[in-house]
Amino acid sequence: MSQSLVTMSYIVATILFIFSLSGLSNQETARKGNYYGMLGMAIAIIATALSASVTSYAILIVALLIGGAIGARAALKVEMTQMPELVAIMHSLVGMAAVLVGYANFMDSSTNLVGVEKNIHEIEIYIGILIGAVTFSGSVIAFCKLSERISGKPMLLPGRHWLNLGLLVAAIVLGWMFLQQTENGGGSLPLWIMTGIALVFGIHMVMAIGGADMPVVVSMLNSYSGWAAAATGFMLSNDLLIVTGALVGSSGAILSYIMCRAMNRNFISVIAGGFGTGSGGEAAVIEGEVQPISADETAQLLLDAKNIMIIPGYGMAVAQAQHTVNEITKLLRDKGKKVGFGIHPVAGRMPGHMNVLLAEAKVPYDIVYEMDEINEDWAHVDVSIVIGANDIVNPSALDDPNSPIAGMPVLECWKGETTVVLKRSMASGYAGVGNPLFVLENTRMLFGDANATMQAVLKALKG
Amino acid sequence: MKIGIPKEIHPGEKRVATTPEAAEQIIKLGFSVLVESGAGLAANISDEAYKEVGVEIVDNAKTLWKSADIVMKVRAPEQHPELALDEIDMLSEGGRLISFIWPAQNDVLMQKLAAKNATVLAMDSVPRMSRAQKLDALSSMANIAGYRAVIEAAQHFGRFFTGQITAAGKIPPAKVLVIGAGVAGLAAIGTAKSMGAIVRAFDTRPEVKEQIESMDAEFLMLDFKEEGTGTGGYAKTMSKEFIEAEMALFARQAMEVDIIITTALIPGKPAPKLITEGMVKSMKPGSIIVDLAAEQGGNCALTEKDQVVVKHGVTIIGYSNLPSRLANQSSQLYATNLRHLLTELCPEKNGTINVNMDDEVIRGTTVIKEGKITWPPPPPKLSAAPAPQTEAPAYASVQEQKKSVVPDSIKQFIPLVIVGLALFGIGSVAPASFMTHFTVFVLACFIGYQVIWNVSASLHTPLMSVTNAISGIIVIGALVQVSAPDSNISILAGLAILIASINIAGGFLVTRRMLEMFRK
Repeated sequence: MSQSLVTMSYIVATILFIFSLSGLSNQETARKGNYYGMLGMAIAIIATALSASVTSYAILIVALLIGGAIGARAALKVEMTQMPELVAIMHSLVGMAAVLVGYANFMDSSTNLVGVEKNIHEIEIYIGILIGAVTFSGSVIAFCKLSERISGKPMLLPGRHWLNLGLLVAAIVLGWMFLQQTENGGGSLPLWIMTGIALVFGIHMVMAIGGADMPVVVSMLNSYSGWAAAATGFMLSNDLLIVTGALVGSSGAILSYIMCRAMNRNFISVIAGGFGTGSGGEAAVIEGEVQPISADETAQLLLDAKNIMIIPGYGMAVAQAQHTVNEITKLLRDKGKKVGFGIHPVAGRMPGHMNVLLAEAKVPYDIVYEMDEINEDWAHVDVSIVIGANDIVNPSALDDPNSPIAGMPVLECWKGETTVVLKRSMASGYAGVGNPLFVLENTRMLFGDANATMQAVLKALKG
Repeated sequence: MKIGIPKEIHPGEKRVATTPEAAEQIIKLGFSVLVESGAGLAANISDEAYKEVGVEIVDNAKTLWKSADIVMKVRAPEQHPELALDEIDMLSEGGRLISFIWPAQNDVLMQKLAAKNATVLAMDSVPRMSRAQKLDALSSMANIAGYRAVIEAAQHFGRFFTGQITAAGKIPPAKVLVIGAGVAGLAAIGTAKSMGAIVRAFDTRPEVKEQIESMDAEFLMLDFKEEGTGTGGYAKTMSKEFIEAEMALFARQAMEVDIIITTALIPGKPAPKLITEGMVKSMKPGSIIVDLAAEQGGNCALTEKDQVVVKHGVTIIGYSNLPSRLANQSSQLYATNLRHLLTELCPEKNGTINVNMDDEVIRGTTVIKEGKITWPPPPPKLSAAPAPQTEAPAYASVQEQKKSVVPDSIKQFIPLVIVGLALFGIGSVAPASFMTHFTVFVLACFIGYQVIWNVSASLHTPLMSVTNAISGIIVIGALVQVSAPDSNISILAGLAILIASINIAGGFLVTRRMLEMFRK
């Protein structure tokens, strides 16, 4: 295949990728979008494989098949509640691939560039490996945190900002040394050290970020994996990689921005790590007594209500209660009640996590609303049920300027008539913040495992 | 400890201080429960029902009072009609009593109880705070009274509440005026509204306007500025001018409405006289007044306590025992209030009570402790009104100080300037080939920016997994290197292909799986 033909295939693939992303703007076109993406990828791989630069196919085909099989198996077996982990580990793979490609390119001495072009090429390799390594180690830590292999609590080393700064300076100095040494065909030692530093930096960065900030971290790593691909594109002078990397990178960046806005947090402060460690006075202490309610009473409350809103959080995913919730929803809708779901942008551990879980449980997507769509309407809601959510329904975000989550937009369910909160115990949420919602007069607490209690409510509704 | 529930002896009192459901819970707290035979009959609760949950039935009142460590009643102790004995005399020395007491009005009773070295908790003195709501018997009884007031009015009212247009003519809806929108008032508003009447309501406390309007009733505004909120969320006595304006309003309304339900009470004072004889005269014949303040002297000048009288063609209902007229329901609620009080008193669930005077709720409820009169309690620390946030301004000023180092307008431009300089820096040294790629890169970022903002929030997870798959495009980089002559490079590239293809296959397939789930 001639070089022009390959380039043309790349252009087609690029356009298909753009279509693929724009297809996700709504549910009807999303599936088509995914097929566009597959098609684009197939065209890109086949065109490259048939191009003049590829001559040996044995490793290529074996590697493609093994990788494809592993990927397909993971995709088909993963539980929807584990999506954040899968996404995180896949980011790490992109980072690792970027590192490998970078090293391969570094070792390849066939390129015969000179002068500034050579320098730029070396810098591209250096940066490509740097971003790839940070993405890799950061994603691995994110994966471990999400799958609770390590604690979700932020690990805050003393002087961590100085440590980060030191690592950055070291990376720059090593980069300069690398450039000097490549003049003479060397440079592998600074490259190795830098890779180590980048790995440490990635680990340290994600370790310092608290569990509540996980959606930001996951989307941020998504962005990094894109930039890693783009850097590889520069390294190889390949526009397809550059465009695709830029698309993915900006996608991740926008998601991070949306997540930060949903928590009223500054992106820098999320990355800098820690939560609620900033200045400001003591948050108001929550006083009062909770009013427990039984499953039967909850069922009665639901039967008496006309307009019901369900607010799911990560706890619903943990308890695997989404199927029971859907049964209840169906039953109530059959009885002519209006049931809706209110989704906070940062509910769950990654963007859109709750939507996927509800979709898996076959909740129709047209009754699942975003926070902005419903936050004005709480006065018309008779009963709202909060399942395994805490910080996203915390009134102190709005009225207590000293609360660590002050200013974060929340679902204002307490403006409805009655709120039933399902909770395992009175522990505070991921942000470690007390929630005055629980002691409000129109709040009832339904204690117990979310799935078990929802089952009991379902039984009572049927009975 | 043994808890005794005697039969109520006040004439017309049908309530009983515990129900089998509540007794079962009390027994779980470690107490044993004794009930006087026939105590629940008037509230449709048989002795057998009590026995079923493990309550001991005691034949006569004397034995019950003597053997009980704690006596729980509805009404305050009074002269026993059959035994010619006062209930106080039956209370054992140093005994404990929980019931309605009305300490402000019943000084003699208080003295007598104190002389007995008794510990007395008054259900009418439960402090008004959110934690104590579940034992607030005044509220639970007022709710019933408000409901029953409307039912009594309907009983004597010669017309429909709801409006109808029938073949036999048009029926106008009844107009109901509710004065005082406390718990009873709001219950009356809700009941009258649900029966189809047009409801108006008045209260001296402006903050209840919202509550009234939330029940779809009309709040009658008085063009007069004066706060009517006293301590603890109750009303207070108003100024003379205010009362005059108020009376003028009632006089106008009296001519118009069919039913007036008055619930105006000021704690510890006789009920204010709001409906004069003149107003009653001006009402249409067949109109109804239900006076829920009859016990405290009545809001209407013509009310006769516990009587239904017809004056100037208007039926005036002065029942003071409205909760007792729904004996089963009110017994249930009252019993639950008492059970919550016992839960507070017995936190360890060991069947003994601990009158902890440091607890604000118990402190407020206890009117006599071991012979010492502890009423009135010190004023409650918090009122219904939110405490002013004193810390907030201080916090804001700290923020401002931090910001003031660099003006915001300049700050906004700093990143732009830095980016601009960086771009020029690159441009000055970069070769043409790099610039071509850089152009593509920048344009692609903008396309990505435009496209991603359109992605629906519900599809953010599929977006992430599909971008994951797409970033597997890095496989291209590995593909072009896999055929390099150096075998090390081939191995590295092969490994990269393997890893990237996991991403490609995994990302696209899991996205497909997810999208299949999104169904209407």
